[in-house]
Amino acid sequence: MTIESILFYVLSAGAVGSALFVVSRRNPVVAALWLIFNFFCLAGLYLSLHAQFIAVIQIIVYAGAIMVLFLFVIMLLNLGDERRLVEGVTPRKVVGGILSIAVLVELWYVFLGTPSIQHAALGNRATEIGTVEHIGAQLFTKFLLPFEVTSLLLTAAIVGAIVLAKRKLD
Amino acid sequence: MDTTFVLLSIAKIAVVWGGVLTGAAILVLAERRISAWIQNRLGPNRVGPFGLLQSAADVVKLLFKEDIVPTAANRFVHDFAPMISITVALTTFAVIPFGDTIEAFGQNVKLIVADVNIGMLYILALTGIGVYGITLAGWSSNNKYSLLGGLRSSAQLISYELSMGLSIIGVIMISGTLRLDEVVMHQTAPLAHSMQKLPSWLQWLIPVAGWLPSWNVFFQPIGFITFVVASFAETNRLPFDLPEAEPELVGGYHTEYTGMKFGLFFLSEYANMITSSALITTLFLGGWHLPFAESWGLSPFALSLVKIGTFFVKVTILVVFYIIVRWTLPRFRYDQLMRLGWKVMLPLSIANILATGLLLLWWS
Amino acid sequence: MIPLSHYLIVSATMFVIGSVGVLSRRNAIIVFLSIELMLNSVNLTLMSFSSFLGDVTGQMLAFFVMTVAAAEAAVGLAIIIALFRRKQTVNLDEINIMKW
Repeated sequence: MTIESILFYVLSAGAVGSALFVVSRRNPVVAALWLIFNFFCLAGLYLSLHAQFIAVIQIIVYAGAIMVLFLFVIMLLNLGDERRLVEGVTPRKVVGGILSIAVLVELWYVFLGTPSIQHAALGNRATEIGTVEHIGAQLFTKFLLPFEVTSLLLTAAIVGAIVLAKRKLD
Repeated sequence: MDTTFVLLSIAKIAVVWGGVLTGAAILVLAERRISAWIQNRLGPNRVGPFGLLQSAADVVKLLFKEDIVPTAANRFVHDFAPMISITVALTTFAVIPFGDTIEAFGQNVKLIVADVNIGMLYILALTGIGVYGITLAGWSSNNKYSLLGGLRSSAQLISYELSMGLSIIGVIMISGTLRLDEVVMHQTAPLAHSMQKLPSWLQWLIPVAGWLPSWNVFFQPIGFITFVVASFAETNRLPFDLPEAEPELVGGYHTEYTGMKFGLFFLSEYANMITSSALITTLFLGGWHLPFAESWGLSPFALSLVKIGTFFVKVTILVVFYIIVRWTLPRFRYDQLMRLGWKVMLPLSIANILATGLLLLWWS
Repeated sequence: MIPLSHYLIVSATMFVIGSVGVLSRRNAIIVFLSIELMLNSVNLTLMSFSSFLGDVTGQMLAFFVMTVAAAEAAVGLAIIIALFRRKQTVNLDEINIMKW
């Protein structure tokens, strides 16, 4: 076992385990905390793929902004001590669970059965394309239009969020 | 990974953590002495000479206090929140160069713990995580004052993080790098080099100001101001200490904390002050650079020591500035804080980016 | 060296866990968190293909997914706040005004 593979398995176990905790916790704050832990594990996995820019952006955007927003809303609504929301087992959940596990088995079957992705080694260009310089250059040349459209999307989201969350003056 | 690298890294981490923690301890005393001086009192002067051992006595007291956790608190998160705060406060320093290079163990050692090429992004990421310590402390205490403090801090830190990030962009545009050591190197040239490109009606400035070092503060005055203000907000120092406003919120997010867990919050506040002063120094005030130090004819080793000393002096001056501001200005009201953050700081830092871009286009 | 399939298996497992969360939980916030989980697992797939193939497009897509996730979180949380004001609950089964 090299140090890379040990890191990979630890981070993967962390990611999958924390994902389980996210969907199984009753308290939304605790679930959100496990999701943050999950994001850190993913950032570590991105680093193991030599994608340093996306790894840092993952921390800045997801852990630093989106999850703070989530925690803020959960705390604002004071959902933390809500025990009334009892969730029982219904037929719908059983069917949903079975179907999800079917999808999982299918995906595993495909991934483990395809020889072309078994022995794939990390490309030599991986380190080169993950740098800030390369991503920035690509972002402002080849991907300029989607990048600019993103700004429209964000503006629309800001306006939408303010309109929706604003208290009506009636 | 060779052994020398590991040993050197451990040595550097020890130096940085030792420095920051000792600095924080001295800072607690300095803050109390300076506030006493401002308010015409004496301040703590009984423990040791000039009260120098006061912080040690405080730590011993905090360690022996009973650790009280409120009954309805979320125990795990309550214990975890101070750890986040102190971890973030102590790890931000990793990418800040505290000196140039130094001769040690037969090789040139860069005086920076983690020499990564995304240093600035690392700092932004860590400031983003720093919110959690305070927010979670406020939530997990199950106390309305704590919760209000936590809510205020998350809103405040998110709002000022934006202007902080945007005011760094100006520096990145000038230096063209995300490495903090290269940012410092970029600031070492004399200002006269950059002034050659000035229009003819401004050429008279060269003999007047050309001897100055090309520190980013001269190129980015607005960025510097917004960054300093945002740093005050990020470290929860007056006039932005709404999350722990004593008259309104008892103690804010750390109302329910006792013993060393409270001590960790206290320590991380001061460690954050040191780190953000170091960051301001590195980004805008030339880092370890001392003008004309190269022309003194010192041996390389002495020159390295002089550079470390310069960095130390600059950080100390900024930290004292932090303390004096705290004891001079009153606290903002919450709506004023938000108005300043979103309606003044944010447009100002965006305008700064625009102006920097236009000037760079015009100069090149 | 870690083969690509291992990254894909981690990602698929996370995706399915997220979908189980969306299908089985009734707390709107946790459903939302599960959606973020699914988005992130897709990001992991994109990133691993990008690095293994040496093509930056996957990383670009992951970047845009993050932007969309930020916008989605802002709007979604605003909707949850608006709903909570009206109904005093975040239980998705009780939010059935539009159900016919």
